Amino acid sequence: MVSFLAAAVIAATPLLFATLGELITEKSGSLNLGVEGMMLMGAVIGFSAAYGTGNPGIALLGAFVAGGAGALLFAIVTVSLQGNQVVTGLTLTIFGTGFASFVGDKMIGLSVPASVLEFFSARKIPILGDIPFIGPVLFRHDVFVYLGYAMVIALSIYLYRTRAGLNMRAVGENTAAADASGIAITRHKYAHIIVGGGLCGLGGAYLGLVTVPIWQADVVTGRGWIAVALVIFASWNPTKAFLGAFLFGALSILGLRLQSMGIHISQYLVDLFPYAATIIIVIISTHKNRKEDLPPGNLSEPYFRESR
Amino acid sequence: MIDTAAIRMENITKSFGSVIANDRINLTVNNGEIHALLGENGAGKSTLMNMLSGIYRPDSGSVFVNGEAVEFSSPRDSIKKGIGMIHQHFKLTEVMTAADNIVLGQRGGFFTKEANLVKQIAEISDRYGLDINPRKKVYEMSVGEKQTLEIIKVLYRGARILIMDEPTAVLTPQEIDKLFRIMRNMKEQGCAVVIITHKLNEVMEISDRITILRKGRSVDTVLTEDAEIPTLIEMMVGRKVDLKLRREPTERGEELLRLDGVTVIDSDKKAALDDVGFSLHASEILGVAGVAGSGQKELCETIAGLQAAEKGRIFFGGANILGKSPREIIKLGIRMGFIPEDRLGMGLVASMDIVHNIILKEYQNQKGIVLRRRPGAEKARRIVERFDIQTPNLSTPVSKLSGGNIQKVLLGREIDSDPKVLITAYPVRGLDIGASYRIYDLLNEQKRRGVGIIFIGEDLDVLLELCDRILVLTDGKISGIVDAARATKEEIGFLMTGGRI
Amino acid sequence: MKDGKLFSIGSVKAVKREDIPKNRSAIIRISSVALSLVFAGIVLLFFDLNPFTVFATIIEGSVGSASRVQQTIVKAIPLTIASLGILVAFKMKFWNIGGEGQIVMGALAASFVALNFGDAPRPVLLLLMAVASVVAGGIWALIPAAFKAKMGTNEVIFTLMMNYIAIKFVTYLQYGPWRDPNSKGFPKIPNFSENGLLPSLFGVHIGWVIALILTVAVYLFINYTKKGYEITVVGASIDTAGYAGMNIPSVIMTAMFISGGLCGLVGMIQASAIEKTLVYGISANYGFTAIITTWLARLNAAAVLFVCIAFAMLLQGASFIQLAMNVPAAVAGVVQGVILFFVLGSEFFIRYKVLFTRGKSGSSEGKEAR
Repeated sequence: MVSFLAAAVIAATPLLFATLGELITEKSGSLNLGVEGMMLMGAVIGFSAAYGTGNPGIALLGAFVAGGAGALLFAIVTVSLQGNQVVTGLTLTIFGTGFASFVGDKMIGLSVPASVLEFFSARKIPILGDIPFIGPVLFRHDVFVYLGYAMVIALSIYLYRTRAGLNMRAVGENTAAADASGIAITRHKYAHIIVGGGLCGLGGAYLGLVTVPIWQADVVTGRGWIAVALVIFASWNPTKAFLGAFLFGALSILGLRLQSMGIHISQYLVDLFPYAATIIIVIISTHKNRKEDLPPGNLSEPYFRESR
Repeated sequence: MIDTAAIRMENITKSFGSVIANDRINLTVNNGEIHALLGENGAGKSTLMNMLSGIYRPDSGSVFVNGEAVEFSSPRDSIKKGIGMIHQHFKLTEVMTAADNIVLGQRGGFFTKEANLVKQIAEISDRYGLDINPRKKVYEMSVGEKQTLEIIKVLYRGARILIMDEPTAVLTPQEIDKLFRIMRNMKEQGCAVVIITHKLNEVMEISDRITILRKGRSVDTVLTEDAEIPTLIEMMVGRKVDLKLRREPTERGEELLRLDGVTVIDSDKKAALDDVGFSLHASEILGVAGVAGSGQKELCETIAGLQAAEKGRIFFGGANILGKSPREIIKLGIRMGFIPEDRLGMGLVASMDIVHNIILKEYQNQKGIVLRRRPGAEKARRIVERFDIQTPNLSTPVSKLSGGNIQKVLLGREIDSDPKVLITAYPVRGLDIGASYRIYDLLNEQKRRGVGIIFIGEDLDVLLELCDRILVLTDGKISGIVDAARATKEEIGFLMTGGRI
Repeated sequence: MKDGKLFSIGSVKAVKREDIPKNRSAIIRISSVALSLVFAGIVLLFFDLNPFTVFATIIEGSVGSASRVQQTIVKAIPLTIASLGILVAFKMKFWNIGGEGQIVMGALAASFVALNFGDAPRPVLLLLMAVASVVAGGIWALIPAAFKAKMGTNEVIFTLMMNYIAIKFVTYLQYGPWRDPNSKGFPKIPNFSENGLLPSLFGVHIGWVIALILTVAVYLFINYTKKGYEITVVGASIDTAGYAGMNIPSVIMTAMFISGGLCGLVGMIQASAIEKTLVYGISANYGFTAIITTWLARLNAAAVLFVCIAFAMLLQGASFIQLAMNVPAAVAGVVQGVILFFVLGSEFFIRYKVLFTRGKSGSSEGKEAR
């Protein structure tokens, strides 16, 4: 059980990054459906940087920049040029997918260098890692997992305790009101879309460097879309996003687990679970009544100050 | 000479596409003055003030604040110069608290410190005689509270120049008195206050000077003590108008519609309509007054079959129509016209042309699967002619028409279907005086023909002059039904806030 | 970036346009495509590829010979029909992102018929396959539609997840119960009998005739039928549709059944004419690409045909590049993405006029840029 839960935490980590990335994007008022594309861009750049330099820091930075660059394209088209967000997000996914298979074509089958694998090896956190049950499940992982925990905490503080977070939430809730209050709308939207994209890129990089340390044609396999759904599941709340990601992490490794327990069910059918569960979650989330659990008021609406 | 004026705007021009909203407008507002900006809908008042608050940027012209030439490229620039605007449609974030809304966009420490803020809010509230709970969420506030919050918000930003866009439109007479006290208070503290309105009695009561705008131009600036209402109207409209509304003297006919114990529960589990019962007769205009959001929308939509009710009955010609869909109501042969509040969002399809809008309610009567345009085109031509709708042609999308003409397409379609009952929600909102009076005439004409009309209004003067009876809604309950010929504004205001006579 | 301004370069501002002449907007769109090709060229240069060679090869590969033209048409067929399906949903502002899954389910149903009734006479079998595919694709779309209509469930995620479920399920069949025992361990489903294959006309399977007929049919349906009118009104404003007495859930479900049904038919055509069996990758991204082509065609059925042919050229050209220049066909995705970003962005210049003002904006005359 402990090893299963610990494995679920690892499987949850890339989802968590992508979910948090999409969460801040949506909180600031933009619905970027290009998560899948940005994760792929992050994955392929992260992998090639890792392969080229052997330096994990450069790999992660590259992944962040790649995801952020994809998000920048989205921001230019939707914020500055007021393009439709749904279609632009899908375009970003097509672009990112094409980009990843194009750039990654010659790398298929290559392995992550040892120096990078070493960086991502599990390290026990002193004291915390020794707590029974909780320690092995949560605190004997690689640094990236810990970075995920830190992100959840940092983002919760940012959103609900800081001025900057208050302002960015206002941009997403009521853009016109935020504008009239003197908040720089364009700057806020760009910043959060790009950082959000960067986080998606990091999530993708983890898939390419840790989850499957040998480069494949498609490493993301729909996780970007699950992240979009998880944001809804989480009611735009970072802590709930962590829970959601963990749940899905567990679901995604359930098949292997069941087989090792002697329960024989086709892997291909088990693969279906996370997607079916996502649908169930989206249906359940339809029934949210608290105003605070609803999507940001001006989500995916373009804003033009002088429109009358 | 030192320029002491708080605001000086010179030769301001602003156009939207081919429409010139402001054409070389001049305006001077002094410190310690309440300045009324008077004009019809579409005269350019809000546009002018939005340039002062940094929302719009002028095409040409200059703006001086306390003698200093300024150029605002965003609301932030305007706030920095001590200008605060309270918009007609409040710019508040619903899911946030009052305190959050107040501090929004302000510089300061990295973290938000609520305790400090609450203290500062209390200080401001005391100084200007305002009252607010800083921890209350905006979505739980009444309209009056929201307005108070907007005022505190601009004062917190240190505004010395306040612009209020139609602040009285949604308030009860009592709340208006309170607002005026606050405005005088600010004036005594040396602030400059600009109030945008088209209500003349309010202008006469509160302002020191009046600037009149007409069709995007400044007509004149006059001292309020020298001004007279008829001349103000003439300056506003550009010609002599008799603003006396006519109550069509008709004999009240048979009962057409009767509501009995109608209760509607909204999505927040609150009663949007609570045990509402009344009857509507032929040849009468029944006015409905109330603070915005008191159940007017639900009342109209329940009668029209668009809103599900918890309980109650609605009789129309002997049949209970409550719980029937609009389609079923039409099938019963019930002729009911409905002019919803949101014309382009509910009554019409903005992107479609006049013909396709005219057939909206009757296309289902066509046989077969093909949609025939010709019968609609004939009807559209007739309606355009009868109601004098200004349009390039019948294929023009209705969104391209002016507000008055859009309303005439909607009203024309509903009247043309020869209704027995006509429900109209804020039918003159956003229209200029000429168009408004045309609408009142049309309603009176229908009344003469024996139609029973429900008229949801916001201007109490209009309600008192046009209607036969006035029903007052408070929090979804009927707090009284009065005879419009005998009632006073104060009585209705009293009922609106929940009192009973 | 300066606060709130759309652009930060000096004194630039955007003003909403009232109206724009048709030729003007056409010029803007065409120049945005041209500009995007330039930009795509720069991207290609970045990857050490000569953009002129690449573009020339794409054109050569798509229309360079009779057989390549046929290949292009073969790719245009599924794209056009899927786009018509997506169009019906989009007209209603229902974001059907589930084309992929609907194609797969259509193919699944058609394959079920073909594999079980392979001895039936050809016209009967093909007709049965088509009907089965339309029903299956339609039902697959109807599930999210019903939830949307009754409960207001978000359709974007729902339809999308339905894709993965369909694909995973067919993968399961392909590797499991439906696997051909005679394929020597290779995970594939048995081929259809001869009667289950679409015949050809002028060298291309008759899907092209179906696509042309459907283009006209959808155009007429949207513009000249009561149902089409209802779909358009629901798309413009749900409140207005309710006000007019329309049965909104029924409109949503009818439209989505048609939308999914058309995508399902794509599955049948691809299974019957191209793969000659069912494979889990049968949708080949046509369901996604159709979203883009439909949007580019501005939800106009006639325009869909042309946009889809252009996209088919790009797809066919890209697969040719892979052979001719040893460049991954994924280059098509990159080029598509770039073109789309430009076209989506160019809409801004159709709706807004960009003014450059000289000196102080307070006193200068605006100059029109575009």
